[in-house]
Amino acid sequence: MNLRLIKQRFMVHLDPVLLSGLGALLLVSLLVLYSASGGNEMRVFGQMGNIAIGFVALWVVANMPLHWLMRSAVPIYVLGMGMLIAVALFGEISHGARRWLNLGFMNFQPSELMKIAVPLMMAWYFEKHEATLTMKNYVIATLLLLMPVALIVRQPDLGTSILIGASGFYVLFLAGLSWRVIIGLLVTAAASAPFLWNMLHDYQRHRIMMLFDPSQDALGKGYHTIQGMIAVGSGGLLGKGYMQGTQTHLDFLPERTTDFIFAVYSEEFGFVGNLFLLGLFAFVIGRGFMITANASTYFTRLMAGSITLTFFTYAFVNMGMVSGILPVVGVPLPLISYGGTSMLTLLLGFGVLMSIHTHQRLVKT
Amino acid sequence: MTPHVELKNHQRERYLFSLRLIFCLGFVGVLMAILVARAFYLQVWKHEYFDTMAESNRIFVVPIVPNRGVITDRNGTVLARNYAGYTLELTPEKIPDLNATIEEIGKLVEIKPKDLRRFKKLMSERRSLQTLPVKTRLTDEELASFAAQLYRFPGVEIKARLFREYPLSETTSHLLGYIGRINQQELDDLEKKDLAGNYMGSDYIGKTGIEERYEKEMHGVTGLEQIEVDAGGRAVRMLSRTPPQSGKDLKLTLDAGLQEVAEQAFGDYRGALVAIDPSNGEILSFVSKPGYDPNLFIDGIDTESWDALNNSPDVPLNNRALRGQYPPGSTIKPFMALAGLHYDVRPPGLSISDPGYFLLPGSSHQYRDWKTGGHGKVDMFTSIVVSCDTYYYGLATELGIDRMHEYLEQFGFGKHSGIDLKGEVSGLLPSSDWKMKRYQQIWYPGDTVSAGIGQGYNLVTPLQLAFATATLANDGVAYRPHLVKEIQHAANETQAAPEPLYDLHIPAEHLALVKSAMQAVVKPGGTAVGAFWGVQYPVAGKTGTAQVIGVKQGEKYDAEKVSEYNRDHAWFISFAPADKPRIALAVLVENGGHGGSTAAPIARKVLDYYLLGKKSKPMQKVEEKAGAEDD
Repeated sequence: MNLRLIKQRFMVHLDPVLLSGLGALLLVSLLVLYSASGGNEMRVFGQMGNIAIGFVALWVVANMPLHWLMRSAVPIYVLGMGMLIAVALFGEISHGARRWLNLGFMNFQPSELMKIAVPLMMAWYFEKHEATLTMKNYVIATLLLLMPVALIVRQPDLGTSILIGASGFYVLFLAGLSWRVIIGLLVTAAASAPFLWNMLHDYQRHRIMMLFDPSQDALGKGYHTIQGMIAVGSGGLLGKGYMQGTQTHLDFLPERTTDFIFAVYSEEFGFVGNLFLLGLFAFVIGRGFMITANASTYFTRLMAGSITLTFFTYAFVNMGMVSGILPVVGVPLPLISYGGTSMLTLLLGFGVLMSIHTHQRLVKT
Repeated sequence: MTPHVELKNHQRERYLFSLRLIFCLGFVGVLMAILVARAFYLQVWKHEYFDTMAESNRIFVVPIVPNRGVITDRNGTVLARNYAGYTLELTPEKIPDLNATIEEIGKLVEIKPKDLRRFKKLMSERRSLQTLPVKTRLTDEELASFAAQLYRFPGVEIKARLFREYPLSETTSHLLGYIGRINQQELDDLEKKDLAGNYMGSDYIGKTGIEERYEKEMHGVTGLEQIEVDAGGRAVRMLSRTPPQSGKDLKLTLDAGLQEVAEQAFGDYRGALVAIDPSNGEILSFVSKPGYDPNLFIDGIDTESWDALNNSPDVPLNNRALRGQYPPGSTIKPFMALAGLHYDVRPPGLSISDPGYFLLPGSSHQYRDWKTGGHGKVDMFTSIVVSCDTYYYGLATELGIDRMHEYLEQFGFGKHSGIDLKGEVSGLLPSSDWKMKRYQQIWYPGDTVSAGIGQGYNLVTPLQLAFATATLANDGVAYRPHLVKEIQHAANETQAAPEPLYDLHIPAEHLALVKSAMQAVVKPGGTAVGAFWGVQYPVAGKTGTAQVIGVKQGEKYDAEKVSEYNRDHAWFISFAPADKPRIALAVLVENGGHGGSTAAPIARKVLDYYLLGKKSKPMQKVEEKAGAEDD
């Protein structure tokens, strides 16, 4: 009786449907990580730890009433922007990029915080001005987006800035940014591309060409893409079998447990395995869309939509880059790749989704 | 004044939001479909292609370089051999900061400035992804200390290699040549000949000399190992193996002892010597002085040593025996005498009167004999013994240049001898046709006069003159001069003995006359008596002097007045024993002055060693006054 009550209390703000989708993806993650790390249990335990921490965050956020979330938007955003500026001024440099802030006891990457803070801030802003939305509001919201993105691009961290840019754009789009403006921007961008191209130095053009044609630098950065495509392609219909991928186990694949984990999975489980994995992603995204559609307030709709679409963008950019249709930008495969920070941010996002879902359900009943 | 703002309709707003959300759903659907299509394209449509790529990633074909053939002389003395050693090699493409890496390596093993210079030179001429040695011949200590640190240096490897070594160094430099690292041009050439596969693991190729000429035989056939490797190139397991076939060993006709004696006999003089066994064309000695150390070239010579060799006024890299062209001077006279006999222009008993000069009919230009006042009455025998110029001025005029050309060509003048070395030059045996073609000028009678004593347009190489001497020694039966006696073969195979090239069918009495005159050259009254005093075997010879600069009418050549490099070249041709020749040779001493005083003593030492087994001291370069007792 008592136990059931505790269980009920524990589960009340969680969404079992979304939870089962996430659980399935996380199981895949542990399975593939074991193979990708060459049978190293430590990697698997490490990822289990990441998942545990992420779930604590998910549970806490899911249980927070929505107005807490709304109230925290401005402080979190201001804090994040402050830290981004601090990084730009005196951040730690590692691997040629200035991304980290030394807090004394740990190194912190403020751009990760902004993945949540930016859509939160924008959704809060639109909610506040919901009744009287004019072009000016869209401009201000865009500025709220572009300031952190510009700082992150300069670090440089192309992958993160694309994801944050996308999450903010989804808020703008769902908030009803006029089609004319969207199309106008697209046309302007397309028209100015040749001029920009002519203004670039030869080496800059070369670097851009490299993004699209990896074979130009087959031993350098292009090596990753080429080896990734070989792994995916050689997997065939049914895959080479679990722990049997030659590209993976003979070290040809770079970043096997992180950015290129999709290649490991594809090599060992083949096309059929990929259909299954894409199905799992589609399931989670579909559930996200349902939650978005049922969200009761402007703020929650924008927030849920942006989180769902950003999650999809994450997955699409990663799989696209591994399979060679997108340039290589450092984006991990969400929920599958090894990594504590991205796991935390993602599960926090899903916590927000569950909070949106369960709190309005409570309101309804 | 508040601006007019329209309050939003909640229903309408929800509707608009739903439209946007549906659009997003469609967007997601389309991108998902693209991912599925891409996965289908890679994994099903192009699966075979990528599967092959994965296999070739995994399976590494390792060439196993065959051992290069060893070169020995006719008695089994090793002239070129291989020994195992370790090198430290870099792949520049795999190293981001080459200078820093080399500096780091330098802390562990000593890298000499010479190694660095060589490395820089190799960098400029390397093939892509080729490994370049930064340090060769590691000592055991260096090997041990570096092997432990190797993991710190990606792109740096320790390789076990067979090194080529030429134990006799300078002594055999011009005939053996050397091997060196394959350059881009040679690689292209191999690709053209479809041999690139066989050179997959080879770093070296014969560059000059025997090493170049017999590259095909000595290289061998490259073996293959199929190995499963990981991305770091570390072998996981071997899948299959085809063993290499070693290159064939070469046994040369050369006598290494004789070669050393001949080389030392030159002392400080520049020049060349070619000694041939007249009975079969085997080259017993092949010297070009100065030589160079061929071992310097193997791993790529450093710029400083190269400049020293390349810019030396003594041109040590020039193979004088093969490629040096000099006027034959009086060494042409025995062959001219045979021509005179052949065309019956000068019967043996006919004597001319030599006043010390020769006049063409209707001209007052004096063609001077080397001996002021002349030799008096001179017949053919005496003309060779005392090297009478006037006799040959007349003989040449009577023969005419075209008959001279026709006859002398048979002895190989003006033609390649066909020796088994690359880069032979043909010298020059002039004719009226040649002059017309070359200069669009008719042949003047005066041209013939100087041609008669081997001056004028005539040019020969030491090899050609040795070949002609050998043919004369062997009574007109010519054998192609060659350096390789045997190419390693299976026990049941036999290698054909050399066949004569041709027989000139010189009448015995003609040969007897010329040969006896040549024997008299080394006897009292002859031009080479000094060098052959007390000789213990019958020997035939002829001295010669090749002018480097012309002497004006009415002037006398004075060795002291001309700079060293403009002094006359000295020649000596010889064969012995005169009655049954076992060796025929030609010696050239550049700027050596008179054949009898510098070239003949070298020949004496070589003949003494070969026929009697006697060694003697090298020549000292002596600044002697131009004497008048020899030509």
